[in-house]
Amino acid sequence: MEKILDKIYKNHKDNEGNIISLLQDIQGELGYIPEDAVVWFSKKLDIPASRFFGIATFYAQFHLQPRGKNVVTTCCGTACHVKGSEKLLNGLVRELGLPEGESTTEDRRFTVEKVNCVGACSIAPVVIVNNKVHGKMTADKLMKEIKQLKEKESED
Amino acid sequence: MKTDLVVRVCMGTGGIAAGGTEVMEAFKKHLKSKGLKAKIEKNCTMHKVGCRGLCARDVLVDIVVNDSKTTYQFIKPSMVERIIDEHVINGKPVEEWTVPEDYHLFHSKQVKVVLSDCGSVDPEDIESYLNVEGYNALKQVVTTMSPAETIDVIRQSGLRGRGGAGFPTGTKWEICSKETSEHKYIICNADEGDPGAFMDRSVIEGNPHAVIEGMIIGAYSIGADAGYVYIRAEYPLAVERLKNALKEARQRKFLGKGILGTKFNFDIKIKLGAGAFVCGEETALIASIEGQRGMPRAKPPFPVYKGLWGKPTVINNVETLANVPYIIRKGAGWYSSFGTEKSKGTKVFALTGKIRNSGLIEVPMGIPLREIIYDIGGGIENDKAFKAVQTGGPSGGCIPSHLLDIKVDFESLASVGSIVGSGGMVVLDEGDCMVNIAKFFLQFTQSESCGKCVPCRIGTKRLLEILERITSGKGREGDIELLEDLARDIKATSLCGLGQTAPNPILSTIRYFRDEYEAHITKKKCPAGVCKDLLSYVILAEFCKGCGACKRVCPAGAISGEKKQPHTIDADICVRCGACFEACKFKAIGKG
Repeated sequence: MEKILDKIYKNHKDNEGNIISLLQDIQGELGYIPEDAVVWFSKKLDIPASRFFGIATFYAQFHLQPRGKNVVTTCCGTACHVKGSEKLLNGLVRELGLPEGESTTEDRRFTVEKVNCVGACSIAPVVIVNNKVHGKMTADKLMKEIKQLKEKESED
Repeated sequence: MKTDLVVRVCMGTGGIAAGGTEVMEAFKKHLKSKGLKAKIEKNCTMHKVGCRGLCARDVLVDIVVNDSKTTYQFIKPSMVERIIDEHVINGKPVEEWTVPEDYHLFHSKQVKVVLSDCGSVDPEDIESYLNVEGYNALKQVVTTMSPAETIDVIRQSGLRGRGGAGFPTGTKWEICSKETSEHKYIICNADEGDPGAFMDRSVIEGNPHAVIEGMIIGAYSIGADAGYVYIRAEYPLAVERLKNALKEARQRKFLGKGILGTKFNFDIKIKLGAGAFVCGEETALIASIEGQRGMPRAKPPFPVYKGLWGKPTVINNVETLANVPYIIRKGAGWYSSFGTEKSKGTKVFALTGKIRNSGLIEVPMGIPLREIIYDIGGGIENDKAFKAVQTGGPSGGCIPSHLLDIKVDFESLASVGSIVGSGGMVVLDEGDCMVNIAKFFLQFTQSESCGKCVPCRIGTKRLLEILERITSGKGREGDIELLEDLARDIKATSLCGLGQTAPNPILSTIRYFRDEYEAHITKKKCPAGVCKDLLSYVILAEFCKGCGACKRVCPAGAISGEKKQPHTIDADICVRCGACFEACKFKAIGKG
């Protein structure tokens, strides 16, 4: 990890000392923001770790825990809400057996997330499965999609 | 015979989700295999276009044969070969797949300024924008006009900020231009966080150069040497097209040192938002660009005096900037001929929710709301009854059916307790619960509150708790009055626009739908049948055929019954998800 952090540190110096960009780089390389990485930068830059965590927890983009291999994001914008996104989300949580308050399955195969709006409201409700946007989603279509992913996982 | 062929495939986020990429590939493949591409070579172009509005009908494809255009809707790759055979080769359009009459009606009531080139230019090719007089406004401004003259044109056009507040753009530019400073900045606010709105995404995806051109003209007017586009990371396609457009603009010397051979230097950087709604507020946005938590600060000083890195800064919304090149090219008088006395020009709206033609529209300010809903929008989906339209997102309010004839402009919407806002319009039908809608927006504002000031941080939490109580059947006498009281205090004392407007959805739903709140509180009923805790599902034995469809979909195993015998639901196990209600083909499930 040290090597990766060092590389990020070198890029960071040209970046006007911007902590958000730094965190974006860490997450881009490692998939999330590990505590160790924050401590490393805190020492290196002589900035208290609390400032990094303050920023990382402020913005929805940053994750302090590793995420699942498959990421399913339900759009919860207004248009998706009135077209039943809550039901889709409840269905996902049930199907994947996510414990209350958790977003990633124990085996780290799936992460279920909400996003405020992806701006594809005219094809609501929208679900993004591993970066692919699916419009006019129904509970049936979504379950099929999840089952396919599960099968693919068990083959691997 | 000489043939000109143009194939345009809609590839905005909506088009791609509907399979635009595959349709484009299919066209390439079939045109090649039939030898057509080789035969007509340069006269055959195929390109991506951005949003043309009616995303609900995607994938939309234009086929232009010798200047005669036909538009197809709901196109799938499997349909492409027949279109080429019958239409391109034999000259007979495939009538059954072309857009019906209402597609043209959708467009005929609109007036397109910002969207005029969206859907026809290729957003990934600067040539395409140059062909429709793109960057002519910039050339005109930097070679023949002074900054003061440019600002004057914008002021005379009556253009007001399209991000929500409606501040006159010319005035903002003028104030900033008079500040003296070593550096000045212009920021394009593309942090479109309002859930239910996608105007800015579509404009950037469909015509990124118009935004860039507007921004350069703005920079010239105020004397800025650097600019930022603050854009949501949730819009990957828009970011990619913007990056590409900036690169193209630099190659053509529209950006960089010595723009178009003059002494004017200016360049633009992209800053990705990290997912915080409050960053749409200008001082929070500035903090975020500086790498801090996006927390607003008290104004004054306004950013035009003290903005990014403490320097004078103009912040304009995407749509505002995209208007600028057209105003310069066609004149202030032309632009101000649209709209009403105080609200000039046109406005782009994202028309969504329970509406037939959902999509992106641009209309003159002052158009009656009824025309938007029924003529352009085609009325309510599934022939249900119109209930209300929510404008302005979490900062706005709802407009009920008896106000459908209201004019849509800044002043009229404010007079009925709503706002134009950034341009989201979510249509609600009889099946939507207004208390639930208010709760939805409060959940949003409460979780997006930055926590800096007490009225917003704690006030929105208390409002949400009361709404949760009401929708779960624990509402108390006096809750409506308590909501109103608290809402007024939060509006009056919050630091920034987020808190000052967060109670609006509650106030406006109470104003127009007080009876629904009362039904939840006193009768413990949700008239629209939405609030889960106030619902119960029963199987009506006289209609039940015992097919078992409900039993199969029930996630809780609450339904039992023999085949071909009426089933029953165990209310204690039922999680009230409504899956059985949707699965039953015989209307044998009662909800109430």
